[in-house]
Amino acid sequence: MPNEDKTLDEIMDLAATHFKVSRDNLRPDEDFFKTLNIDSLQALDLLTRLENHFHVELPDYELQGVTDFRTLAGRIHARL
Amino acid sequence: MTDRFQGEAVSWEVAGGVIELALHRGPCNEIGSISLKELEQFTESLDDLSRQCHALIIHSAMPSGFCAGADLRELYHRSQEMQKAEAVVGVRDFLERIHRVLNTIDAAPLTTIAAIHGVTFGGGFELALVCDLIIADKMARFAFPELRLGLIPGFGGIPRLKRDLGNAVVRDLLLTGRSLNATRAHAVGLVSQLVAEGQALRAARATAAQLGKFDRRTAIAAKKFIKPIPHHELKQEIDLFCQLFAEPAVEAGLRKFVESTDLQPYLP
Repeated sequence: MPNEDKTLDEIMDLAATHFKVSRDNLRPDEDFFKTLNIDSLQALDLLTRLENHFHVELPDYELQGVTDFRTLAGRIHARL
Repeated sequence: MTDRFQGEAVSWEVAGGVIELALHRGPCNEIGSISLKELEQFTESLDDLSRQCHALIIHSAMPSGFCAGADLRELYHRSQEMQKAEAVVGVRDFLERIHRVLNTIDAAPLTTIAAIHGVTFGGGFELALVCDLIIADKMARFAFPELRLGLIPGFGGIPRLKRDLGNAVVRDLLLTGRSLNATRAHAVGLVSQLVAEGQALRAARATAAQLGKFDRRTAIAAKKFIKPIPHHELKQEIDLFCQLFAEPAVEAGLRKFVESTDLQPYLP
């Protein structure tokens, strides 16, 4: 099973590619709504891509209050 | 009969024995008074259209998804303009009208296909559920978020979901308000075909073409035999919705959704 840092890297790579932002501009502990410039509908889009990528199912209520990649990685990792 | 229509919220056209009903009201086809009026026009034409067609495809032209549900902003603002009792009467009238529309599509004498992408929540999910087949791309998500507003689905979602799926899945969706991705929806039998991103309409058209090979009267008889309309439960759902709508929690929930500057109104 991959470690959580690898999960975090994959999430940030996927987010940068899909939302067309520079990977270098993404930080694990910053607010990804702001750095990706996305709203909640787009956040659901990201959730779906992450579920498809990691082959997990993450109830969207687990995203409540989650605004940074590191916490998001923890939530996904807990389902691997 | 109008075999081609261009409206503000929906459009339809007929080609090769297939009706295509497109939803195109920004931001995500929220169902309010304009959409309802145009859907009523569509169902008034459906009987005549069905005589020359074997399939109906419902799809969305909006990139964000199939349909995000009822127009909560319109519902909130209209209900604020009147006394509570009057608002409940207005809501019941809306529900009875949308139920007539959805019941007509549900029972339509041709095979109906919902081609789904993106957000398919609440009333949007209920619109998909009246179709005989749901074809979804891998980015689709399905949810009944009504409990977050102190409500239940009001457009017939509970009886129709119960018709199609096991009670455990229905309870999960209803009581948690969470969304299911298309992969899971396919695994539980809600989605009949799972396709690549952006391919749902293409797959729906290929399926509709296949349906054209069969005897139309036999297909209609088979559909009628295997797809009962749960009329009694649908009426019970309207009654329960109206009863709940009168509660203070609903006004608070709607206000929170409409007035929130939170970036997460679509998350639970």
